[in-house]
Amino acid sequence: MAEKVLMKGNEAVAEAAIRAGCRLYFAYPITPQSELIEYMAKMLPKVDGTFVQAESEVAAINMVYGASGTGRRVMTSSSSPGISLKMEGISYIAGANLPAVIINVQRGGPGLGDIQPAQGDYFQATKGGGHGDYRLIVLAPSTVQEFADMADLAFDLADKYRNPVMILSDGLLGQMMEPVEFKPAKTKEEMEKLNKQHYDWCMHPNEDEPDHHHHEINSLEIDPLILEQHVIKLGKKYDKITKNEQRHEEYNISADNKVIVVAFGTAARIAKSAIDQLQEEGINVGMIRPITVWPYPYEAISNVLNDKIKKVVVCELNLGQMIEDVKLAVNGKLPVEFLGKVGGILFTPDEIKAKIMDNRGE
Amino acid sequence: MEIIAQRPKSLTDLQFTYCPGCTHGISHRIIAEAIDELEMRNQMMGVAPVGCSVFAYKFFDCDMAEAAHGRAPAVATGMKRARPDMHVFTYQGDGDLAAIGTAEIIHAANRGEHISVFFVNNAIYGMTGGQMAPTTLPGMKTTTSPYGRDETDIGYPIQACELLNSLRAPYFIERVSLLSPQDILKATKIVKKALQFNKEERGFTFVEFVSTCPTNWGLAPLEAMKWAKENMLPYFPLGNFRDKSIEGGE
Ligand SMILES: Cc1ncc(C[n+]2csc(CCOP(=O)(O)OP(=O)(O)O)c2C)c(N)n1
Ligand code: SF4
Repeated sequence: MAEKVLMKGNEAVAEAAIRAGCRLYFAYPITPQSELIEYMAKMLPKVDGTFVQAESEVAAINMVYGASGTGRRVMTSSSSPGISLKMEGISYIAGANLPAVIINVQRGGPGLGDIQPAQGDYFQATKGGGHGDYRLIVLAPSTVQEFADMADLAFDLADKYRNPVMILSDGLLGQMMEPVEFKPAKTKEEMEKLNKQHYDWCMHPNEDEPDHHHHEINSLEIDPLILEQHVIKLGKKYDKITKNEQRHEEYNISADNKVIVVAFGTAARIAKSAIDQLQEEGINVGMIRPITVWPYPYEAISNVLNDKIKKVVVCELNLGQMIEDVKLAVNGKLPVEFLGKVGGILFTPDEIKAKIMDNRGE
Repeated sequence: MEIIAQRPKSLTDLQFTYCPGCTHGISHRIIAEAIDELEMRNQMMGVAPVGCSVFAYKFFDCDMAEAAHGRAPAVATGMKRARPDMHVFTYQGDGDLAAIGTAEIIHAANRGEHISVFFVNNAIYGMTGGQMAPTTLPGMKTTTSPYGRDETDIGYPIQACELLNSLRAPYFIERVSLLSPQDILKATKIVKKALQFNKEERGFTFVEFVSTCPTNWGLAPLEAMKWAKENMLPYFPLGNFRDKSIEGGE
């Protein structure tokens, strides 16, 4: 087994991305993701990679677009205000069927907000953010290890579906240190294979394909009938992703659960502590933690509901965003309660415990 | 039979979507001819902008990417950094390059990206129907400057070559025009020079074409050329601004 190292989430995910074959990274500094860009600046030149500090997040995501058009693994990262600037480029990347990985180390908003952990970008990440009918695959880690593991997963999913993938993290996971175990880095042979995996569509020297001088990277279809077909095709891809790629974790689900908690990312991490403490007191509370927040694991939630469960409690570090998806999953069968914290402030396990106890119907 | 003129290999056989008499067709052709002559086509990637030349990705027969409005230099940066073994050019209008994309062009030039930028200055937004551009001349009427461009209110036209010439990194900067056969011959040479430097990985090369938009200027093609000579050239003087291949050219 590989050795465990103590690392910040921001650095761990950067290291994991390099091991996954990412040799191109374009970004603009912003707290609380700066360790990520700094790690890339330091490490990419050592593996013959390319690091460019762009003039803005707008430029960075467009560099990603260009690099991705050549079929190479490419990544950018930012925090909330910078992610807003990337939305134009993300829409173009999605429209042009390009693979790319985008990391959002969320902070408090709206506007300039603050630099503390928050989950206020859930709607932006999962419901659009940029213009047009498109979907991002969105992965939500809740530990530093999972954050790192998701780099590999994100690149694989991006390449498999030719779709942008976002890792929706936050300032806590970015800044905290935890022991991490890394997968081995891609070998030279694996890198060569990766670099040619998209040769059927990407821009590359034409000697390899003497009769085909024209690869197009494009999201423009001026003829409505052609655009219609293009968007329908995108829709079919999103259906396939929805069918194949839902991921979630079930925690402490048992027949005597009266309350089911639903939380993602850092909120789920705190909820786990609350659930552990209650279990020691003899109270079993179950939790569903969506790992993909798009595609959303609706069925995983509806499947655990039964007659004994009185309520579903949603905990989020925002004013209530994912709760809309939980309500869709619960479909009116049970009341759905909400515990939120905003401003970049975390709830304590005690606050979650109190919310659960209030809703056990005893 | 001897062939003395034919479509360059670096252009597809699609019909251009440009208005009759528009200079976009000329600039496409001379770029394509230079790519052919320098045998760069197999390794060439171009970036099309948003503007009348938005379909340039269909017209140039090499690998092409269509960029968001103004972002071509950033897209080109990503392409060139990912494939340093290939060549990259962008083709951009004045709204694209000198308004919405000012940050991207200045920083790509300042980094000295090994790309060629072809800049079409027609003093107007062609595609969206004749609105004011950052290069619209003082007093010039457009649909969004119906009383004439008032430079005390909205500023003077931006001179892209002069602006980029304040940066140290660019290798080659020249302004040419497409307003007469002689000018077009000169432009052909300059485009080839820029692409030659591109092929030799010398650095950032920039060629501005003083162009026309007969449709939105409301002038016949030849009148448009005459108007541009009389009105644009005094403000946008032709010539070389930077050529690092010449001793003291910096
Ligand atoms: C973000 C964004 N803003 C605005 C537009 C609309 N738009 C399309 S072309 C254009 C102007 C292009 O003018 P220019 O770059 O001068 O090129 P020309 O059409 O004259 O060749 C504008 C404003 C757009 N497509 N995207
Ligand atoms: S609108 Fe102007 S720039 Fe556009 S194709 Fe017509 S003449 Fe050319």
